[in-house]
Amino acid sequence: MKVSLSWLREFAPDISGSPNELSETLSGLGLTVEAMTVVGEIVAGVVVAKVVNLRPHGGADRIQLVDLDCGDGELRQVCCGAFNMAVGDLVPLATPGTVMPNGLKIAERKMRGELSQGMCCSAAELGVSDDHENILILNDRLVASAKLGAPLGQALDHEVDVWWDLEVNANRPDAMSVAGIARDLSAALDVSFCNNSIEISITNNAELVEDLITVEIQDPSVCGRFLATVLRNVKVGSSPTWLADRLVAAGMRPVNSIVDISNYVMLELGQPSHTFDLATINGATLGVRRAREGETLLTLDGVARQLHTSDAVICNGADEVISLAGVMGGASTEISAATTDVLLEVAWWDPPTISRTVKRLNLASEASTRFRRGADWGDNMERALHRFVQLATQLGAVAVTGHLDVAGDIPQRTPVKVRRDKINGLLGTNLSSAAIAGHLNSIGFQTQQDVHPHQVAPDGEELWVNIPTWRWDATTETDIAEEVARLHGYENIAKTVRRGQLPGGLNEYQLQRRQIRQSLVGYGCDETMPMPFLEPQDLANAQITVNALKLSNPVVAAQSLLRPSLLPGQLKAIAYNQSHRNYELSFFEVGHVFLPPRDQLLPDEREFLGVALAGQEAPQAVEVLDLLETTLALPNVVLRPSEPPGMHATRSAEVLVAGKVAGVVGEVDPVVLANFSVAGRVGWLELDLGVLLDAPRRNRKYRAVSKLPSSDVDLAFEVPDSVSAAAIEMTLQKAGAPLLVQLALFDVYRGEPLPQGVRSLAFRLRFQAHDRTLTDAEVANARQACIDEVLKRHSIKLRS
Amino acid sequence: MIEAVRESATQAHALLAEVRDLEALVKLDSELLGKHSALTLAKSQIGALPPNERREAGRLVNEVRAEIQTAIASTRRRLELAAHKQQLETERLDLSEFRHRVRRGSLHLVTQARDRLEDVFVGMGFTVAEGPEVESAWYNFEALNIDEWHPARGSFDTIFVELGEPEEVMLRSHTSPVQVRTMETQSPPIYIVAPGRTFRTDTADATHLPAFNQIEGLVVDKGVTMGDLAGTMAEFVRTFFGEDVKSRLRPSYFPFTEPSAEFDISRTDGTWLEMGGCGMVHPNVLRNCGIDPDIWQGFAFGFGIDRLAVLRHKLDDIRELVNNDVRFLRQF
Repeated sequence: MKVSLSWLREFAPDISGSPNELSETLSGLGLTVEAMTVVGEIVAGVVVAKVVNLRPHGGADRIQLVDLDCGDGELRQVCCGAFNMAVGDLVPLATPGTVMPNGLKIAERKMRGELSQGMCCSAAELGVSDDHENILILNDRLVASAKLGAPLGQALDHEVDVWWDLEVNANRPDAMSVAGIARDLSAALDVSFCNNSIEISITNNAELVEDLITVEIQDPSVCGRFLATVLRNVKVGSSPTWLADRLVAAGMRPVNSIVDISNYVMLELGQPSHTFDLATINGATLGVRRAREGETLLTLDGVARQLHTSDAVICNGADEVISLAGVMGGASTEISAATTDVLLEVAWWDPPTISRTVKRLNLASEASTRFRRGADWGDNMERALHRFVQLATQLGAVAVTGHLDVAGDIPQRTPVKVRRDKINGLLGTNLSSAAIAGHLNSIGFQTQQDVHPHQVAPDGEELWVNIPTWRWDATTETDIAEEVARLHGYENIAKTVRRGQLPGGLNEYQLQRRQIRQSLVGYGCDETMPMPFLEPQDLANAQITVNALKLSNPVVAAQSLLRPSLLPGQLKAIAYNQSHRNYELSFFEVGHVFLPPRDQLLPDEREFLGVALAGQEAPQAVEVLDLLETTLALPNVVLRPSEPPGMHATRSAEVLVAGKVAGVVGEVDPVVLANFSVAGRVGWLELDLGVLLDAPRRNRKYRAVSKLPSSDVDLAFEVPDSVSAAAIEMTLQKAGAPLLVQLALFDVYRGEPLPQGVRSLAFRLRFQAHDRTLTDAEVANARQACIDEVLKRHSIKLRS
Repeated sequence: MIEAVRESATQAHALLAEVRDLEALVKLDSELLGKHSALTLAKSQIGALPPNERREAGRLVNEVRAEIQTAIASTRRRLELAAHKQQLETERLDLSEFRHRVRRGSLHLVTQARDRLEDVFVGMGFTVAEGPEVESAWYNFEALNIDEWHPARGSFDTIFVELGEPEEVMLRSHTSPVQVRTMETQSPPIYIVAPGRTFRTDTADATHLPAFNQIEGLVVDKGVTMGDLAGTMAEFVRTFFGEDVKSRLRPSYFPFTEPSAEFDISRTDGTWLEMGGCGMVHPNVLRNCGIDPDIWQGFAFGFGIDRLAVLRHKLDDIRELVNNDVRFLRQF
């Protein structure tokens, strides 16, 4: 909402203060200043000068020489590219040293060999209007006392104005108007406000409005009040300059005199209006109801609209819809150049009804925005109607006598009980009842202590507050508390700090998630954060077949899916970096993935960890899993050979933690890598943090460390690829217990003389007891037991 | 014989001076002092000398032996030092060749900002709550006092998910649904912050992302006032941004709080920067979550995490946060 100081002063003439001070006051009221422009301020250094002589420039056709008198007895010569002044004219002269509004610094210089001691200025150069062709002639624009050489800012008969662009909150229908903002500002500044201050005098003819038109509210739930009158002899043309200028400054485009007046009144008083060409209204009768199934309307933007039974409409005497109430008029009754008689509608429409229609048809406008927030249903409606008629009659229209005022379901507001201790208890203040009443009264909320005499509380602890008609939003004690806080000033509320009884902290899940991140960072991984949107092609490329969730209105049309896996995002990040010649990429991400709902409304949403190691293979991904296993003390992490979608079928496994599938580890399928244009291999680990972090933790109870000597034994087996190292390890662990205290796979060998598909796995076993040094025979027995068990269980050979 | 002993001492000094390595020294040691050395031979001959000479000869042999032993020891020391010096020389490394082979990775800027925010609020007695990113209209809007026709509802620019009825399921447009989820499952007093990802239909540009991060705060307790809200914001701002940074509240409007406010922080040039929204929890929201507004009062606040990271590191394009370019990631 754009307002100017001069416009505000039409309602509160005593508003004063510097533009910045007023901005602070407006922001403090919740009318946040988004931009402020000071209009018509003249920069220092520009003075009034008189043209004494005009001479051609010997060296240039497009420049003339101007001799100027600045009242100090010296003539100054200026080279000037404009030719609109005559000898004797008064013009603005920017003297050397002046910095123009556009930043240009004026200096004495030579132009084509002739001295120029300043610059004659156009209105545009001074920033007072758009005319940049002609020098601004000051002859009749100066105050009487202005002398030659006087600073133009003081000499010009021209008011400096300030325009503010204010952000008006959705709960402030009243502040969608100049008058409403003036009411707030004058309350904060403690100056008088009068929304009747504009004198409205109308001369009308003898025709009675009742004889000309009829209005019938058939469905009172859509319309609280409907005012109407008729203007005759209307000539649709262009608006007077002052009105058009204000509309432009306020951000609206002038259209024609009738539309402009409607907009002007709306900006000034917050009341939208609509006009019909009276000649086109069948029966000169307006009916108000909701649309019926199957009805349509050609709106004035030329679109045929299918109406919905919730829409409020205006129909004519033949019950045909001619207007989408509060939202957009119909084409058939639109004002045209041929229009002479206008029916003016000033109505109050039910906000939820208007909201639904605007939302369904996506037809927001300045008018519908005001109706949606709740316009003023009180005297302001008559004021707006009169203001419209006044402005129209000033342009030659003829008013008829009176106006119709038909009532529907007008909002009912009973006085609201406000408790002093409740207000203070909410705000943390200690305001007296008088102070609360004072704040409320200043913005038109009337207060009294005896609405219900039998309920009067002692000592004014309770007030009864009448909600004004311009505050449709306000209905409760809390709404009123907010108004008190606003007028009291948020910054005048003393700051206190409240502490809970319990200590703060992160929970186990959150702490362990941080440990995971820190471990991965320590390992050298960089954390990435791609957006969670994917294209269908990304899933196909990653060979992911799960049904990803679709977005109804994706921001980028192609990225219409929510990710069911972190893999595509990480591969895209790797490809992006490789395309910028960034290599050696180890990435991780902690983020949500979205799987189709099982039996609930919302998706099966999980938090996943993804680790992508570019240029590395499956073993490195397993290394990262082991890093996490030791970081979190995970119990019983087992790899189960598997072929997860998108992964290398012979180099991947499912990760089981405490018997539950927690994710996958291995390498990305080379075909998938090619699909994403990723060069080299990519090791991949993806874990469901919910499963991982909710798993039980390994027992960390103390076990005594043996101080006695130990014996190491190396065993190598020839193992076919079908048998996993983990299986052999498990057998050794069992067979070696309890003397086997340490077991490690220290060498894997493939090749001659071993046959294809068989590798040698070499284990180092350490035997040790807690109570004695083992004898050679004991160690030999333990060794043999291990060998025997492995050979028996796995039908493989011991390597000699 | 005396002569031979004297001679062997002289000879030993000459030989030891010539020794170049420890191996040769071991050999020489045995030659000079071993079973077949002149000295051992001389010792064995002492018995054959006349008695009056034996004592003198014995003393001489012992003297020379000790002398040679000392010479050998000092030669060993000399050779060991030389060998050590030689080893060090041959093993010389330019350690600067080995730098920058290993690096710690980096936490994402948003994570860094989020962790720091969490830590500050944990220090102020808050716990951290989380919720899903896909929400129902109840949690994202209705429970928060935003009815279907509410004028504010359109301004959230919500991204909807094709589940349930049209516009019934959506990517949460703010972290406020976590307020509702917390109040539904936890009875007051409540002191939580809820960081997380949020979504709007904003096209990505230098200052906007369709997916961004917010942190939400909620306090519900007996007798909590707007003064407590203002004080909590001020304390947070001081702790997070530093002693010199001030905060202020300005009236605003959110359907789920009343009174509502924007909170600003002071900049060094005296102007104010809008940080986020806050206010006293609306009685309807408490009621929707089964909390009696006549007993409990609360305040809530929320602001952008990404924006803090942008401000702190002076990013000129917020899209860097989701581009995942390592040249960006590794700066922090």
